Amino acid sequence: MSDMNQQMSAKYKNNFLKEIEEQAEMGEWVKMCMQCGVCSGSCPTNFHPGWEHPPQELFMMIRAGKRDEVLDSQSMWMCVSCYNCYVRCPRKVPITHIMHGIAEYAYRIGRAPKNQPTLHLSQTFWNNATKTGRVNEVQLTQSLYFKDGIMDGIKKAMAMQDVALGLVKAGRLNVMEAIGGGHKCKDIKGIHAMLAKAKELENQRKGRAA
Amino acid sequence: MADKHAAYICTGCELGTRLDAAALVKTATKDGKIALVREHAFLCSADGVAMIKNDIDNEAVTHVAICACSRRAKTEAFNFPTVAMSRGNLREGVIWIRPDTDEARETTQEMAEDYVRMACAEVKAMKVPEGNQNTGTSKTLLVVGGGMSGMTAAVEASKAGYKVVLVEKTGALGGMAAKLWKRIPNREPFKAPMDNGVADLVAQIDADANIKVYLNAVVAKTAGAPGRFKADIAVESGAVSTEDVGAIIQASGFTPYDVNKLSHLGGGQANVVDQLGLEALAKAANGGPIKRADGKEVKSVVFVQCAGQRDTSGEHLSYCSGHCCATSVKQAMYFKDANPDVDTVVLYTDLRMPGNNEDFYRAAQNKGVIFSKGVVSGVSTSGDGCKVQFKDLILNEDTSADADLVVLATGMVPTTGPDLDALSEANRVAEGSDEKAAVAKEQVIQMMSTSVLNLDYRQGPDMPQFKHGFNDSHFICFPYETRRTAIYAAGPTRRPMDIAQATEDATGAAMKAIQAMENAGLGKAAHPRAGDLSFPTARLEGCTQCKRCTVECPFGAIDEDEKRFPLFNESRCRRCGTCMGACPVRVISFENYSVNTVGAQIKAVDIPDEFSEKPRVLILACENDAYPALDMAGMNRNEYDPFMRVIPVRCLGSVNTIWITDALNSGFDGVMLMGCKHGDQYQCHFVKGSELGRYRMSKVYDTLKGMNLETERLMDLEVAITDVDTLPKKINEYAAKIQEMGMSPFKGL
Repeated sequence: MSDMNQQMSAKYKNNFLKEIEEQAEMGEWVKMCMQCGVCSGSCPTNFHPGWEHPPQELFMMIRAGKRDEVLDSQSMWMCVSCYNCYVRCPRKVPITHIMHGIAEYAYRIGRAPKNQPTLHLSQTFWNNATKTGRVNEVQLTQSLYFKDGIMDGIKKAMAMQDVALGLVKAGRLNVMEAIGGGHKCKDIKGIHAMLAKAKELENQRKGRAA
Repeated sequence: MADKHAAYICTGCELGTRLDAAALVKTATKDGKIALVREHAFLCSADGVAMIKNDIDNEAVTHVAICACSRRAKTEAFNFPTVAMSRGNLREGVIWIRPDTDEARETTQEMAEDYVRMACAEVKAMKVPEGNQNTGTSKTLLVVGGGMSGMTAAVEASKAGYKVVLVEKTGALGGMAAKLWKRIPNREPFKAPMDNGVADLVAQIDADANIKVYLNAVVAKTAGAPGRFKADIAVESGAVSTEDVGAIIQASGFTPYDVNKLSHLGGGQANVVDQLGLEALAKAANGGPIKRADGKEVKSVVFVQCAGQRDTSGEHLSYCSGHCCATSVKQAMYFKDANPDVDTVVLYTDLRMPGNNEDFYRAAQNKGVIFSKGVVSGVSTSGDGCKVQFKDLILNEDTSADADLVVLATGMVPTTGPDLDALSEANRVAEGSDEKAAVAKEQVIQMMSTSVLNLDYRQGPDMPQFKHGFNDSHFICFPYETRRTAIYAAGPTRRPMDIAQATEDATGAAMKAIQAMENAGLGKAAHPRAGDLSFPTARLEGCTQCKRCTVECPFGAIDEDEKRFPLFNESRCRRCGTCMGACPVRVISFENYSVNTVGAQIKAVDIPDEFSEKPRVLILACENDAYPALDMAGMNRNEYDPFMRVIPVRCLGSVNTIWITDALNSGFDGVMLMGCKHGDQYQCHFVKGSELGRYRMSKVYDTLKGMNLETERLMDLEVAITDVDTLPKKINEYAAKIQEMGMSPFKGL
């Protein structure tokens, strides 16, 4: 993956804005930010530790070509997707999507921070869902609860047992799926082919090596 | 024709039920000594108006006192231009500001009777205004300056059917706009620079028989007054022709701030240009890649906004020139449109893109222009180009950018001629015979060489400047007015602006100029007493030649004749009465507004004795702001003290100190002056009137001490037209203070 990082860095030389515009989802909107700060003022997270750079500052860093600082930043991973900024932006910049776009791009080129919880959730969900074309709730929950060890997992599971029981009673959670593949879609091969094609097209479009 | 006076008492609008009308009729007859007094139940109705008209036509009535509503109400109905008229304000001034209670009835009636007495006394002291006979009827407009503003004003005036003389200093029309490669867009979709539009306007002017153009010419002398100016136009070749004009528009434009003064921003370096310098490079490129003076194609450019503008150090321009942000956006587009790979960075602190320029800004962002919020600390030569050091205000760090070319957004310096105060000071020093005088003489010659209009006025060769050397006026209340009647400033000489604003400004100035010419021809005043037929006259046998009137006139209307007496130019006069207020020997008056008309009203007020517990306070209220505010307080039924007696004055500047001493001498317990705000944020309709009035009043306090009176008996209040609710409170507070102070010892003397 770090090959990819070097490859992209070489391709765009010093023009990080162009790199983001072409490589990150909705990156072409970054240039439209007018630095009013309404996004930062609207963010419900209050930028607690980890959120080093509010969105408009992140955009300014992209324009200023601060490649390492942006890609290694935790900021875009902290977005909770409430869409407040997107709704309020006077320039109609899709800030939430850009946040995810930058995060996704950082991951693609191997620059995502280690042990990033948001990344872990996304990764686990993706693997879980694409495997069978259906989400296996039990296995997804298990892998999230137990990511920091058995004791921690048991504690989390105990805390959430009421919710879990409720889901079981309502038929939304099948405990039996803890073993085996669980429910799946009819044409798994088709799904996999589709995803492979999509990846191929994206790489083509973004000029990335397969 | 002998004067015949008539008074009319209206009993409509509840006046009849709230007041004792019969007693008012008696007051007018007995105290007012009016021969013909009539009562009417609805005076402003067709029937009531017909009654007055009949008296004027058939009873030879020449002076009419109408005791009904405020002089600001029902002006269409009570419009009798052939007679002198006063208005007793019984409605807004009495019944609407007093409670309808039995206890209040007595004082309310007394108030009404005083206003009837005052209206009668005032009208008796009036003459019928005859209109200025000394008029000129020239309807030709002189436009000084052939740039965008001047050309627009000329074309607009011509379209309205007026002849125009257009004087341009250089050899071609177009001014600064002609030097632009393109202009900021002024129409949909506001996304790309547009043709500068100069060629089109020049063609219109060339084809217009109404517009006479002088190129390579300046105005060598302007004499006369609105409607009859004589302008000597000197052409470079030496020929001088005199044009008769009715009004003047000064569209003398601006020069860019000297970039060499901005050495800290690289001003003077080879690869640093100002915005006008870049326009020249863009013109040379003609749509192709823009090249520097040394021929190298520009691959990266940094625009530095607010270069030598909004400066707090006092060294450079302290103001914002308004157009430069949009201009830099436009110029960045020159580069991007020719080659999208050129790095264009705009360094700004706040980007000011009013109106549709916001779309233009967005279009530039879309084209890839980078906008960075930063303050430049230095520009140095670096290799083949420049290094711009700046503090990034978003990322809060010192950083730098390399560029082939740096463009400085410098400000506009208006071309407004010499500062009149500095000039008069230099003139004063030059009258001596020492070394300083010799230097001052040189200064005077130098300053006079920059004059735009060369007015032959007592008060200097050009229009007075407002802030930062611009010919501005109050931007909300009177955006086009200047302090020289029928001379209007348009475009960047008035305040900093872009082409779109200058075009609008020039159109407005043309309209005002046409209005002023027409009014001048009819012997009527211009703004704010538009249509007023009265004008000041001086009884010269009493004049002491103190020159206060000629110095204080805010509009430069008064010159001095060869015997050093004041020489009134009625057409230049705005009828504020500042001269009348200034005159220490009180020889200046208007037919319908004089020391006597107000003095008679003051004397007409009934002053109860010391033990009556009924004080009297005189309010002299500016008719432009304070009086309407009082009227509106009445409309809102905001009550105030019944011992106030209000006399409207044209301006605080017209208040003669004799009124105050007279009032206090005759037993008034207090005098309140209500005038507009003065100073930089002035709201005075006559610009300097309230300021001069207040300055004069500050001298009265000594007189009060001499009379052994408390200085608090004179109160100066700054009133805006919006003070509808606060003004009655302030009046009541003052009334309470008077009660506390006790009655004036001058009663009954």
